[in-house]
Amino acid sequence: MTSELLSGNESVARGAWEAGARVGVGYPGTPSTQALEVFARMDDVYAEWAPNEKVALEVAAGVSMGGARSLVTMKHVGVNVAADPLLTLAYTGVGGGLVVFVADDPGMHSSQNEQDSRNWGPFARIPVLEPSDSAEALAFTRAAFELSERFDTPVLVRATTRISHSKGVVELDGERVVPESGDYVKDACKWVMMPAMARARRLAVDARVAALSSFAEECVFNRAELRDPSVGIVTSGVCYEYVREALPDASVFKVGLSFPLPAEALARFADSVERLAVVEEAEEYLLGGLLRLGLAVDRIDLPGTGELSPALIARALGAEAAPVRDRVEGLPPRPPLMCPGCPHRGAYHALRKAKAIVTGDIGCYTLGALAPLASMDSCVCMGAGVGMAHGMRLAGVGDDRPVVAVIGDSTFAHSGLPALANLAYNGSDATVCILDNRITAMTGHQENPVSGCTLQGRPTVEMDLEGVCRAMGVKRVRTLDPHAIDDAIAAVREEVAAKELSVIIFRAPCALLIREKEQPYAVDEDTCTACGVCISIGCPAISRLEDGRARIDITLCVGCADCVKVCRFSAIDLTGPACDIGGV
Amino acid sequence: MADPTTTVMLAGVGGQGTILAADVLAKTARAAGFDVKLSEVHGMAQRGGSVDTVVRFGDRVHAPITDHGHADHLVAFEVTEAARQLPFLKPGGRLLVNSRVIDPMPVLIGDLPRTDGVEEALVEEGVVFIDAEELACEAGSPRSANIVLLGALSTGLPFPRGVWAGVIERRVPPATVEANLRAFDLGRRACGEEGECLL
Repeated sequence: MTSELLSGNESVARGAWEAGARVGVGYPGTPSTQALEVFARMDDVYAEWAPNEKVALEVAAGVSMGGARSLVTMKHVGVNVAADPLLTLAYTGVGGGLVVFVADDPGMHSSQNEQDSRNWGPFARIPVLEPSDSAEALAFTRAAFELSERFDTPVLVRATTRISHSKGVVELDGERVVPESGDYVKDACKWVMMPAMARARRLAVDARVAALSSFAEECVFNRAELRDPSVGIVTSGVCYEYVREALPDASVFKVGLSFPLPAEALARFADSVERLAVVEEAEEYLLGGLLRLGLAVDRIDLPGTGELSPALIARALGAEAAPVRDRVEGLPPRPPLMCPGCPHRGAYHALRKAKAIVTGDIGCYTLGALAPLASMDSCVCMGAGVGMAHGMRLAGVGDDRPVVAVIGDSTFAHSGLPALANLAYNGSDATVCILDNRITAMTGHQENPVSGCTLQGRPTVEMDLEGVCRAMGVKRVRTLDPHAIDDAIAAVREEVAAKELSVIIFRAPCALLIREKEQPYAVDEDTCTACGVCISIGCPAISRLEDGRARIDITLCVGCADCVKVCRFSAIDLTGPACDIGGV
Repeated sequence: MADPTTTVMLAGVGGQGTILAADVLAKTARAAGFDVKLSEVHGMAQRGGSVDTVVRFGDRVHAPITDHGHADHLVAFEVTEAARQLPFLKPGGRLLVNSRVIDPMPVLIGDLPRTDGVEEALVEEGVVFIDAEELACEAGSPRSANIVLLGALSTGLPFPRGVWAGVIERRVPPATVEANLRAFDLGRRACGEEGECLL
């Protein structure tokens, strides 16, 4: 038997592979991304990035209808996008096993909200499995395919950041078994969800939930661990591991199948302990379930937002806090920032020159909201900025300052396309900037419909962004290199002045795609007037000395020359050969 | 509550190689026969933000994360991050810090001053400073500063040098194996067996 240290995401991929999944499809999103990346590298599988999570799930639905097993991956907010097919696939059920892996982000390490995906279980009436570590992520994912076919339903496997991005020891003794998929047989009553058929399937959903509820009582993923009877804790996911660490003697009911809950087993557990408590992150999902079962739960004082930890749990249940050192006061925060050479910097500089109100979107360019660029006014969800620019104009904003939407290439393909169609269709006069850096950058460089390459490295077409904008009816479409800063400033000025919809495509590859660094620049101390313009573009290689003049860290500078172009005093020039000490 | 596991926190700035270092540490602990868990954060935090990674090993490890006052070793790749994560270090815990300062954006642009007295605060906590960048250059690979710090850490952990070396050989780019092994040994030499700084 071999064992390996695997992350939760890697384990999900392995579980799907062992279960014989033939297709994997998803959209990148931290903390879920590596699950599909790892699956894509396994033997005998096909995997692809879809433009968005809805399309991903629909592709998988087709695979399922065609009789094969498929894995779909996304982050928590992706399920919102995929909710439309998901809630009706709950009615159709499946052919081949269909497993949706979703990774939540309590504490919002890399997300815009903190929603709890367990709630899709009762909402869609589909089973939800919640692994507590990497080994369970493999075992639960593998079992999810069996459950999917046995109960004729999509199955959600829910992780959180501390499952997805934690590594633990996993035994790799399972072999890949690909079930035979039979010939496709037409079944309109199952797959055509018109009202008459849907009404019948709705009853089948209830029958399935009843069957799953019985199964939950015997499911080995739910487990009562009876130790000290004075307190019994119901918990799931990574919180189970925290409870075991914090209170090794406590009795625990470990929920592995989070929907439907095992009513009788939970009631028996409640009877066997003197005090029943719930430990869970994000929302009060388990608590609500226990209260609906009529069990008396002792409410303990845990935070309702952010992540839990063993010490938080121990203290909430009466343990004394460990001695802790004082914080060092007054430390400057270290927010994430755009890399040296990032092409987004030039685009934001031009937007700031135009005093634009910027409705933003999700990606590395969201960092343009932070000082010193501070050039973004909103960020809600994938694709939102384009529609919001139109809405701001409808509210009467923008006659004295232009309203500009900013969206990345992958986000544009994800959900910017229908939003731009709306602006063209309804005659908006906003300006939309597509920051096309040829890659889905923030999640760690995934391919997308503009990249010219697929997840499994096959060359493919690149979406013609200019052509698609024109085809929607946008007459003013122009493309330029954001590193050509003067041109960028002029283009933004002209397009926001136009009394009709316009699109500016700022096209330059992500700085991290460029392997060869250019020669770094340096500031001529005698010429620098300490005006601060180069500081204002927010390059981590440029800092302000005590006298206000600028200094360039040549170990960080990649030689993009954006600062050279904004300097009005020609105070920045090339250095000699770079020092051989690498940057960070 | 006796804690049978050993907890190491690696703190740094996105891009410094903390995640690779944590991976080498975790694999070494596993190869030495321990149960191991590791937790890290990807995504937005990696873009030049604060990055902290936790590795825990023992007979049976439950939580992949740790709490204030529970880390046995804090290895900081940068001085400000050492100070930021200091509350995680348990009383009497071991504090190894790369003597490099990377100013965060609010300091670079002059919005906030550098904090005074950070080094002094760390000295009060018994810090061992290591010039990992200089030792990495000496080893022949400027990017091996993370492995220098692992070498320094290794003198306080119960894994034989050969186990570390085996994992490093498998985990770093083939062309840099020798430089990384030299970096590891320079880090070890910088800290004696008692964790004392010899440089």
